[in-house]
Amino acid sequence: MSVTPAVPSTHASEPQRGWYKRNEIAITPWLFLAPAILFFAVYVIIPIGQSFWISFHEWDGLGEKTWVGTANYERLLGWGDQNMDRKFETSFWNNIKWLVLYLLAIPAGLFIALFLNQTVTGIRFYKSMFFFPFVISQVVVGLVFSWFYLPREGLLNAILGFFGAGPVNILGDPTLATYGIIAAGLWPQTAYCMILYLTGLNAVDPEQVEAARLDGAKGWKMLWYVILPQLKPATFIAFVVTIIGALRSFDLISVMTNGGPFGSTRVLSFYMFEESLSEFGFRMGYGAAIAVVLFFIMLGFITYFLYSMYRDEKGAR
Amino acid sequence: MFPTPLEKTSRSWQISYQVLLPIALIIWLLPLIAVANFSIKPESDFVNGNYWGLPGSFEALNNYGKVFFESNMPRYLWNSLWITIPTVIGAVALSCMAGFALGIYKFKSNLPIFFMFIAGNFVPFQILMVPVRDMTVSLNLYDTNLGLVLFHIAFQTGFCTLFMRNFIRALPFPLIEAARVEGISEWRIFLYVVLPLMKPALAALSVLIFTFIWNDYFWAVVLTQGPDAQPVTAGITEFNSQFRAAYHLMSAGSIVAALPPVLMFFLMQKHFIAGLTLGAVK
Repeated sequence: MSVTPAVPSTHASEPQRGWYKRNEIAITPWLFLAPAILFFAVYVIIPIGQSFWISFHEWDGLGEKTWVGTANYERLLGWGDQNMDRKFETSFWNNIKWLVLYLLAIPAGLFIALFLNQTVTGIRFYKSMFFFPFVISQVVVGLVFSWFYLPREGLLNAILGFFGAGPVNILGDPTLATYGIIAAGLWPQTAYCMILYLTGLNAVDPEQVEAARLDGAKGWKMLWYVILPQLKPATFIAFVVTIIGALRSFDLISVMTNGGPFGSTRVLSFYMFEESLSEFGFRMGYGAAIAVVLFFIMLGFITYFLYSMYRDEKGAR
Repeated sequence: MFPTPLEKTSRSWQISYQVLLPIALIIWLLPLIAVANFSIKPESDFVNGNYWGLPGSFEALNNYGKVFFESNMPRYLWNSLWITIPTVIGAVALSCMAGFALGIYKFKSNLPIFFMFIAGNFVPFQILMVPVRDMTVSLNLYDTNLGLVLFHIAFQTGFCTLFMRNFIRALPFPLIEAARVEGISEWRIFLYVVLPLMKPALAALSVLIFTFIWNDYFWAVVLTQGPDAQPVTAGITEFNSQFRAAYHLMSAGSIVAALPPVLMFFLMQKHFIAGLTLGAVK
């Protein structure tokens, strides 16, 4: 393996223990950490700071940056005598819709996991086929669903027509488009939650279940009081990945509607990209300000996640 | 076991379950089945309005042949490969070492550094976008595979370190103590004691990162343009504008683009799921 860092050769200094040998245990972790910290600092930590800095400027990405103070935020959030940026408002509320509806992936995943948690022949095949949508890239999921929704050629309208319901153009209708995209996103996300719960169910203590059964617990009561408490770690991870996934939604929107119709499917992450890197212009400063707002929304959740993990870490000692 | 095992339920439910299972699967995969069906149809089916029926004739070879020989698809696939594989190697290597440092040694800033990696892993991409793009441009790496690889390695190191550190934490610590008593130097402990025990973690992480990076779209759009360096996720949009409204070709292209991670998943299923569900069981 060629992955070790340039560590001085140590086995030659036996007679007189050198400085390195004496401090080996204190130094080694830092040598091992150095490359990872370096990469992470350069590409993740420092850019966060830079984005904050850029958000106080007007900048086209090429020329000089012009300091504009909080002007970007004033325009975005409508402080003072300005109105809130309409596009920002739409994006923000769409983000809320994503957050709330995306959470449906958790109960849906649990439901499918309960359905599949049997030992009939071929069940392994079924489990992996149900999980399958998660492996496909979001770009392809987006394409698959936009064809599924097509007003004329799409299968959805063929099915609706079979039941006598009129054709709907989901992605062409500003009131429906966002929900159509979220439904597409729920497909792989539910698969992910399902696999988390299947693993969790596998580890449920059979003795507790038997004991509860003898006490007459079954169905919903059993699920709520005996099974779910034991699935708590799986639920926590499902919650984390679903929240992050909802706030990261970008690929599906870009592929399925490109923000349209009439900008009705924008979310903050997409709006930010549009402002700073699309044909509408290179307004990096304004884009950075949107990113900062999104960052603070995410920060609320990140703090909560980290706090929970920290508690577990402390408990484990 | 919950729900009640099938053997202990009524005969009628057992039969209904066996019937429900394939029906549920077909409904679940319906959008995908429709696209797979599209991809083997002849063009005439779309003209005649036979969209969702059986294909008029079996044109899989023709359609997929066009994808491989009359478009930039092979080039995009090649780029994807050259972005994905170096990233997997780089991110796994860096996080092995970082995970070792954070999992084995006790020092004051251990937890803060660990939490920095986790927190960084959760930030929205957009807050990194402008500076990272700017830096990539100024390093002359814009529109190159290397530019994407370096960023991906850095970002994935967050998740990978979380994974590796927790895995190493669960290894029996007395093993390391015994090696120390023997006078083995620390980096040899890493190479010869810890690393061999990490094989399952290495396998799990490699398939996961392969899938994540192959499927990345956002950074591909931000850091590359055109067929020289673009991976297949970004290239598919160009492919689709080349074959606008030719659904049989567009769907064949999408299936080709989605296939490598799917193969990876089916070949390495056990590792893949072990990686994804890390922490789902205490």
